[in-house]
Amino acid sequence: MSDGLCFDAVTIEKDGTRLLSVSASVAPGDVLTLMGPSGSGKSTLLSLVMGDLPPAFRTSGRVILKGRDLAGLPPEARHIGILYQDPLLFPHLSVAANLAFGLPRGESRAMRRDLVKTALEDVDLAGFGPRDPATLSGGQAARVALMRTLLSRPAALLLDEPFSKLDTGLRDQMRRLVFDRARAARVPVLMVTHDEADAEAAGGEVIRL
Amino acid sequence: MLRPLPLLTTMVLLGPVAFGLIGTVLPAFGFLVPGADAPLAHALDWPGLPRALAVSVLSGVLSTLGALIGATLILAGWHGTAAFGWMERVLSPLLAVPHAAAALGLAFLIAPSGWILRIPANLLGWDQAPDLLILNDAWGLSLTAGLIAKELPFLLLMMLAALPQAEVGPRLRVARSLGQGRIAGWLKAVFPSVYAQVRLPVLVVLVFGMTNVDVAVILGPSTPVTLSVQVTRWMTDPDLAFRAVAAAGGLILFAATVAVLALWWAGERLAARLGRAWIWSGRGLPESPARLAGLLLAGGSAAMVLAGLGALAVWSVAALWTFPDMLPDALTMRSWSRFGPEMGAVALRTLTLAAGATLVSVILVIGCLEAEHRFGLTLGQRALWLLYLPLLVPQVAFLPGLQLLPLSLGFGPSVWLVLAGHVVFVLPYVFLSLAGPFRAWDVRLARVASGLGATPNRTLWRLRLPMLLGPLLTAVAVGVAVSVGQYLVTLLLGGGRVPTLATEAVALSSGGDRRAIGVWGLGQAGAALVPFMLALIVPAVVFRNRRGMLHV
Repeated sequence: MSDGLCFDAVTIEKDGTRLLSVSASVAPGDVLTLMGPSGSGKSTLLSLVMGDLPPAFRTSGRVILKGRDLAGLPPEARHIGILYQDPLLFPHLSVAANLAFGLPRGESRAMRRDLVKTALEDVDLAGFGPRDPATLSGGQAARVALMRTLLSRPAALLLDEPFSKLDTGLRDQMRRLVFDRARAARVPVLMVTHDEADAEAAGGEVIRL
Repeated sequence: MLRPLPLLTTMVLLGPVAFGLIGTVLPAFGFLVPGADAPLAHALDWPGLPRALAVSVLSGVLSTLGALIGATLILAGWHGTAAFGWMERVLSPLLAVPHAAAALGLAFLIAPSGWILRIPANLLGWDQAPDLLILNDAWGLSLTAGLIAKELPFLLLMMLAALPQAEVGPRLRVARSLGQGRIAGWLKAVFPSVYAQVRLPVLVVLVFGMTNVDVAVILGPSTPVTLSVQVTRWMTDPDLAFRAVAAAGGLILFAATVAVLALWWAGERLAARLGRAWIWSGRGLPESPARLAGLLLAGGSAAMVLAGLGALAVWSVAALWTFPDMLPDALTMRSWSRFGPEMGAVALRTLTLAAGATLVSVILVIGCLEAEHRFGLTLGQRALWLLYLPLLVPQVAFLPGLQLLPLSLGFGPSVWLVLAGHVVFVLPYVFLSLAGPFRAWDVRLARVASGLGATPNRTLWRLRLPMLLGPLLTAVAVGVAVSVGQYLVTLLLGGGRVPTLATEAVALSSGGDRRAIGVWGLGQAGAALVPFMLALIVPAVVFRNRRGMLHV
């Protein structure tokens, strides 16, 4: 379990009230689903993993990723990709520049271009590189957002109600794509959702808050 | 790097006002300026004082009331109509026109030999301009009119920015379904929330109206002048002992300002009480006359400033132009080849100064906003008051001290002092202009970016600032326009040796060379307007293939 995402007796409190406590671990390629009504602290747990929890919250326990305690690491050093219900492509950059944004440094320019091109072909978007992100359909933009995250080689993937804005048909397709890719890349996934069908499709452990 | 910036910004806003006031109080009571004998008594003995003070207060209060009523009526009566959309498009650029240029244009309109009186002159066959004291009238009515024309667009845009928080649509629908008219319903249900948000800008307009120098020199009375103009005269008197008298005069005007602000505060309470009584009474308003009044005040303001700029333009290319002809006999570029090169050189210096002051302000403002985003460091709840402080303390009250105090420490007037002075007035406007868009930026983008491994600095430079290019350039344009319009700071802190478009245009106004005034006034207006045009064009070109950037 040492290369997965592990919550070791994590509790979060605000103003003396306990919001949640979690003990769980997610193996690489598996999905842990958190379900619960709004205000139950789901997004707070995501913030804790991302590393931008407001100082008003008090936490105890440890979040361990690939055997490393995340406490004290700045968000950009954690390599944790996040997908929201909106694709949140950077509107001033082309599709290709969006994909290149998170590529790890150190590779040649030609290599980076190749990676971006392959990623686009991989999700049936060959030739979309120079496009304005605002001209993509909802499903296309969601696929670009997924590939942008995966190209940055995340150590873990967070999903914040990721499919709730997609049409029903598209939703099934996206679910399969995201979970397949995460499994192929051996990335542990933490998903927060309202939708039972999401949890079912994910197949992993479900925690109800 | 980032953490000290909020504190530094606080000091930039607070320091000059505090030091300036100290530097004004000391000489006013006989310290600091050698050879000054009982300056306060001297200032109080000035025979013009009662009248000057009365005109200062009158023009300030009347112009604020006029601008506020006009902006409220046009908003209440016309918001959402085609006429309003047209008016908004005309008024927004007028906001950038510097006070001096607008006042010079207005003077060309309302002078006895100006464009307006040439109309009856043509109809009735006058061959001489009527002998009327319209311009520079003793009670400052033309000054008041000029201030209304210039401040109405300012308050209107401030109120427009406050509308989204006031739930205008739903509240107005409810009020109207309960039988209220359009304007009455707006005043009863929406105005209180809107006024609460524009209160500080209204007070800025009030203080500016009472204490401005450039508009008062051009449109205000001449014997006696307003108190702010008299303080400036004392300040620039060759006899250095008069600096202390100037400080005393500035202090008297400051006291008067505080008294008027207190009265305004009482007036707000009274208006609220009357408003409640009005709501209980259930009475409405004469809707059509009120709507018409709003349209006339706002439309009149726009028309006056625009026609004034037109008059400046025509005079700058006029060959022979005698009374009562509506247009010159012929057009010539003679005035431009005569005054153009010098005006261009001064314009370059003015814009350099403006660019410097704006650059410093933009860096401080972005630093403050980013520190707020990263560390939750804010200037606190009083931040808004702090931002407005340099605009709420009359310039004639603290600028004399800001010249005298460094002088007594061995720093004479210089271009650097002018630059520092400009920052004090540019910074608040840059902050007010940029803060909204900066804070409204979707921070989820920052989380996505940090998940992709981007440092906070990379997120700022590669994502946030490029995405905010439009608002950023608008803030720069606002900063440049404010700097280009600064008259008194430039005059006092530059010791009269740092000529800018503002100081030269105001200096020319007493000379009466209309062609020179046309060239210089147009130059000042252009220097303020061109950056706004660029702020509109540049993002549209840069992001021409990025539809997602249209709404940002």
